[in-house]
Amino acid sequence: MNVSLDLILAQMMLGLSAGVFYAMLSLGLAIIFGLLNVINFAHGALYMLGAFVALIGHSYIGPWLGYEDFQLGFWPALIVAPLLVGCFGMLLERTMLRRLYQFDHIYGLLLTFGIALMLQGFFTNYFNVSGTPYGGQPESLNGIVNLGFMYFPKFRLFAIVMSIVVCFLTWFVIERTRLGAVLRAGVENPKLVQAFGINVPLMVTLTFGFGVALAALAGVLAAPIYSVSPLMGANLIIVVFAVVVIGGMGSIMGAIVTGLTLGLIQGLTKAIYPPAANTVIFFIMVIVLLVRPAGLFGKE
Amino acid sequence: MRKLLLAATCGFTMTLAGAASAQDQALSNDYVKIGVLGDMSGVYATGFSGPGAVGAVKMAVDDFGGSVLGQPIRVISADHQNKPDVASATAREWIDQERVDMITDLTNSAVGLAVQSLASDKGVITMNTGAATTQLTNEACTKYGIHYGYDTYALPVGTATAIVKNGGKKWFFITADYAFGHSLQKNTTEVVESLGGEVVGSVAAPLGTNDFASYLLQAKASGAEVIALANAGQDTVNSVKQADSFGIVQGGQQLAGMLVLISDVKSLGQEVAKGLQFTSAWYWNYDDESREWAKRYMERTGAAPTFPHAALYSATTAYLNAVKAAGTDDADAVRAQLNEMTIDDFFAKGGDIRPDGLLVHDMYLLKVKEASASKGEWDVAGVARVIPGEQAYPPLSESTCAHIDQ
Repeated sequence: MNVSLDLILAQMMLGLSAGVFYAMLSLGLAIIFGLLNVINFAHGALYMLGAFVALIGHSYIGPWLGYEDFQLGFWPALIVAPLLVGCFGMLLERTMLRRLYQFDHIYGLLLTFGIALMLQGFFTNYFNVSGTPYGGQPESLNGIVNLGFMYFPKFRLFAIVMSIVVCFLTWFVIERTRLGAVLRAGVENPKLVQAFGINVPLMVTLTFGFGVALAALAGVLAAPIYSVSPLMGANLIIVVFAVVVIGGMGSIMGAIVTGLTLGLIQGLTKAIYPPAANTVIFFIMVIVLLVRPAGLFGKE
Repeated sequence: MRKLLLAATCGFTMTLAGAASAQDQALSNDYVKIGVLGDMSGVYATGFSGPGAVGAVKMAVDDFGGSVLGQPIRVISADHQNKPDVASATAREWIDQERVDMITDLTNSAVGLAVQSLASDKGVITMNTGAATTQLTNEACTKYGIHYGYDTYALPVGTATAIVKNGGKKWFFITADYAFGHSLQKNTTEVVESLGGEVVGSVAAPLGTNDFASYLLQAKASGAEVIALANAGQDTVNSVKQADSFGIVQGGQQLAGMLVLISDVKSLGQEVAKGLQFTSAWYWNYDDESREWAKRYMERTGAAPTFPHAALYSATTAYLNAVKAAGTDDADAVRAQLNEMTIDDFFAKGGDIRPDGLLVHDMYLLKVKEASASKGEWDVAGVARVIPGEQAYPPLSESTCAHIDQ
């Protein structure tokens, strides 16, 4: 097949729209790993939970509560889902994860993996495994935009812009503000920071909640593009972990840049040699691990 | 006198025992059990399997009177999740422990092939109404496997012929990446090429793909006039919707759904699906007999019947008739009976089950109506052409089934 410039640009645009989800999820993972030293395997399940809050809010909650007409629209869901799922995350941190900080990484990994399986199992019981379409995409984001080289759905364009803005705001807060400085200090030396009168355990809980809320936000943005399915997170999380490994564990900017770049590379592969599109990320991961075991942006 | 009475009692008891043992011989146990093994929650749950399929089988049993040869008919169902291993494990349990006499639905070709082979090894009849691959009655055919409704040979005969004759010569395939999709692509390619068309490319998408965007862009870049969707169920609905959102049809390319059900048309909306031509094994609004049955089905289940659902009713009825005529649920006797019977009901006009297990019957080329021309919620299509059974299916002499002489 001859590969035209238009096809390459179009596939890269699609790659970018996948890349923003990689970036948002790996950003959350990086924050959680950086501050809590926990490899959060439940991240994909929490992303799925965010999408389900949007779906349930739109299509089910009204009839359940007895108000047929009540619907949680897409815009409120962008706020409500991260809040709800974030609170759920903080509950997990307070009641379970907290007990494991003193042990090896592997315990946190096992616990979060178990939580992921339970959440998936729960939703598989009540919802279609292959996905339920989300009907709440706002009217104003329907339709297509002509980008010159392709027609692109308006909603995907919105998702790309919104995700990139959220990612860079997060980076800015953590790396460039006083609040971020305190957070980073808390990682380096929790006892000393506590001596300054800062409640470090609370800070850790809130940070975990924030990382989880990012995943939920990505879930809400994904709901109108992909169908909402109990396994949507499980399918994505493997790629996201590869992104984190390539970018370097715990590096905020690394997670964002690697997520976006790998999305673009995947899109490019789809245009040039489609069968390799699903493996190209892992191929890159192998090379990075061989050449720079700490990841592209890793410090060690 | 006492001796006589004793002898009479003994004789009577023996007659009773004899009758009972005769009954035992007629049926393998004191009921006839039908298993509906389908996709109850996945991409094929709406039109092929799902509650609508179980409803159709139960309706057939009720219409039959609920019993055969004086014993009750039972129906059980399960979700195979489109996984051949799950399906095989369920079928094995049903046959060994639940004493199931016939397994039906079996949507998904990978599942259909696995269960047909397993059930036949254990001497149980399968009547597949949901899967499409022609392998079921060719290289993978079995002694007790029946393919009831349609296959990938019959589907493109109507659709592809109509499109190529209309000028759509250059084809690109988006294919469901398992037995069904590849089988459908192969059969469609044969039809397209025999009419002077050409296939310029294809791409395989996994079953249950949510995002068809990159496949559609490949299809767009291929320069094909026709983008054929060799997939089904939710996959078809997703690819048609996304083609719409990436401006494929505005760009001048035509979509061809190779396996479309009226439930898919309904979920796409007539505005999006307008003008779409597709081949169907049955259409509820074709004649009075079909309308009458569809009306009763709709009252029971709340949705209009798709052709696989009608096929399930027809297959169940045919099986029960065969059990009744054979006087036993012994698989060999029932299979022989099914071979001899002519099936002529609302679903299968002039239907005949061949020795290779294929039901040959008329098929229909349907065309989606303009919304303004519809006379009711489910009046979504009109019959453009009736395809006689002998045109829709290849002759028995072309079947590669090894069991034909048995």
